[in-house]
Amino acid sequence: MSTVDPKDLADFSEQADAWFAENVARDPGFMLPLTFMEVGTDTQFNFLRDWQNKVWEAGYLGAAWPKAYGGGGLPQAFQNAATRAMRKRQGPIMLNAIGLNWAGPLLLEMGTETQKRAHLKGILSAEDIWCQGFSEPGHGSDLGSAQTRAVRDGDHFVVNGSKIWTTLGRYAKYMILLARTDPSTERKYDGLSFFLMPMKAPGVETVPIRKLTGEHGFTQTFFTDAKAPADGLVGPEGGGWKVAMRTLEYERGARGGQAGGYVSVGANAFDVFELAQRTKRAGQPVLEDPLVADEMVGFLMEIQALTLNGQRTQVPELIADRPQGIPLASKLMGTEMSRRLNDFAVRLTGVRGAYYVDEPEAADNGLWARNYLNAFSATIGGGTSQIQANIVGEHVLGLPKS
Amino acid sequence: MKDLGRIGFSEDQATLLDVATDFCQRRSPVATVRRLMEAEAGHDAAVWAELGELGWLGVAIPEAYGGSGLGLAEVVPLVEQMGRRLMAGPFVSTTLAAQALIAGGTEDQKREALPRIAAGEPATLALAELDTDWEPDAITCTATRQADRRLALSGGKVLVTDAAEARRIIASVRIDGEPALVLLTPEDLPAGALRRETVIDETRRSFALTLDGIVLDPDRRLDPDRTAAALEHIHLAANLLAAADMVGGTQACIDYTLDYLRTRTQFGKVIGSYQALKHPIVDAYTRYEQARSHLYSAAHCFNEQGTGEIAVRMAKASADVAYSFAADRAIQFHGGFGFTWDCDAQLYRRRAIWHAAQFGDAAFHRKKLARLLF
Repeated sequence: MSTVDPKDLADFSEQADAWFAENVARDPGFMLPLTFMEVGTDTQFNFLRDWQNKVWEAGYLGAAWPKAYGGGGLPQAFQNAATRAMRKRQGPIMLNAIGLNWAGPLLLEMGTETQKRAHLKGILSAEDIWCQGFSEPGHGSDLGSAQTRAVRDGDHFVVNGSKIWTTLGRYAKYMILLARTDPSTERKYDGLSFFLMPMKAPGVETVPIRKLTGEHGFTQTFFTDAKAPADGLVGPEGGGWKVAMRTLEYERGARGGQAGGYVSVGANAFDVFELAQRTKRAGQPVLEDPLVADEMVGFLMEIQALTLNGQRTQVPELIADRPQGIPLASKLMGTEMSRRLNDFAVRLTGVRGAYYVDEPEAADNGLWARNYLNAFSATIGGGTSQIQANIVGEHVLGLPKS
Repeated sequence: MKDLGRIGFSEDQATLLDVATDFCQRRSPVATVRRLMEAEAGHDAAVWAELGELGWLGVAIPEAYGGSGLGLAEVVPLVEQMGRRLMAGPFVSTTLAAQALIAGGTEDQKREALPRIAAGEPATLALAELDTDWEPDAITCTATRQADRRLALSGGKVLVTDAAEARRIIASVRIDGEPALVLLTPEDLPAGALRRETVIDETRRSFALTLDGIVLDPDRRLDPDRTAAALEHIHLAANLLAAADMVGGTQACIDYTLDYLRTRTQFGKVIGSYQALKHPIVDAYTRYEQARSHLYSAAHCFNEQGTGEIAVRMAKASADVAYSFAADRAIQFHGGFGFTWDCDAQLYRRRAIWHAAQFGDAAFHRKKLARLLF
């Protein structure tokens, strides 16, 4: 990677800021999803797909991915600047989260040249939407026990079984799929392989799942003699566990290389602070209640600490004792904070806390209750908080396995 | 939203962190800490001399007054590592007394005192009083001008750390109802003015100071025009360094507990494999990392108007919660051994309580933050 000319970077930042200022749609006329897991209608989907494509075409997504695969070929600092501008101008989320944040960087690291050329550009342009097939109905946190079978038949594998919690499953063209190619291995992990699975193949069926929020955000995916091409294997046959674990590192943000932008805009203590500032109860600003004020201060301290944690990982001397500590614990800290923060926001709204989305008298159209319920997607998905605590306890603090 | 601060780390901080990590580990093993707790002096004179030779006492003193002209940001890693090793001695008392003189002293006072402090003469502050809060101007002690213009002091100060060996004591009083700072020396104190207090952190040497009967020349008063700023500066500096000590202690306390969780066996299993112990220690660890991030933001932003105060209060409040939780759980997780004197968990818990009782606990600082932020 070339060195960064500060002037080039400053010019790029300025252009990005101007571009987002001009191109962010103020009011699309319908409620935009706050996370990629909430895309429930075709209107939302089409809007976000067009938005991502537009950002990519302008050069503000994938700026640090190689040019040969549709990226901008620039140093990471340029993409970071573009992401900052996007956030500052409150651009909508990037839709193709699984492609941009975990399948993409995984392919960049471990994919074959053919796979990179076939898939990365489509991920950035949002032409090809990606989903993930790890969890199964009987195996949530225990990924190593996956039972979906893939049996080799010449130049492809025949897949049978079912995956669950498939975000964007209805729209996806590809799935990153963890399936069992050998049920007879001594260690269950050694029988797994990692596929790039075409979702439009015959024998793949998606059934919407209704979430606790009431929306249809994801699907269960059923495979009946569906064909997965053998050249879609990532890593060797039987080597899928390692690839899946690396994928989770990307998913949890413990490893860099993501295309940029952001895929959710929920967990912002400053938005809740703004809510607290404008909320009155019996004519009095709610922040004049010392108990409410104290809780608000606690959240501001916590979100500030998470921001500072991120900055501190850039200073090697200040993370020398446990270099992997903050990266591996950041999902646990961030998602749990977000869940509690949104619960606090619901309570701030007082009597209106009883209302839900679409009630005309609900505070912010029921946003906070929906945020709170959706927050569980992050404390459960990608490894529950309890599994995350085990990971931190074992891999950072050196405790024995539970 | 106001600027809440950010991480920055200077080369000097990095160097001092490196040196202090090694020095404190070598010179303050826990066996030494426990031996010094029992000794009257409470710390090792040879180590104190070494601190002077290393230049640590002058780190935040301007070059013009015999120091190295860095700031409190560079003192933070030193105190963090001292706290990590429960190191005893008047380093923080002396550093804060120097800060009081830098922020509020007259030119003559600074010229006389600061080079001597930098060279190793201990000093301390006498600010706290019983039954007040932690506001810097919560002062009831008085200094009354006599006919000869000398100042007659009255009242009682508490938690005057290291007073028995301090060559200078900066005390807060009221003169004509207004807060003021005065400089005392051991020669000013009548016999019996100092009474050693029994304090919860036994690595400390702390004293009650009776001001009655002390009479000072008028030139012992610090610059009256800068009293308010100096009191505020001392309050924030004291909280910054307390947070540093606490963050270091939190780390050590977690490491100490982890050693036990990794080796102790019950019901045929190493107890660290039980999630009932694993998950709370992870909780302690994540609070520690957050507290440490707040600490180094506070160190970096200390001199920024507004942001410095926010960052320092967040650091102290965060460190108080992190240290108290980690040490409380450390006692519990050591089981029966945790209930004994010999288990080090109690040392950390006592030190955390000591810090919470001085210059404001978490609730106090959060209340101040609400006023600063809302």
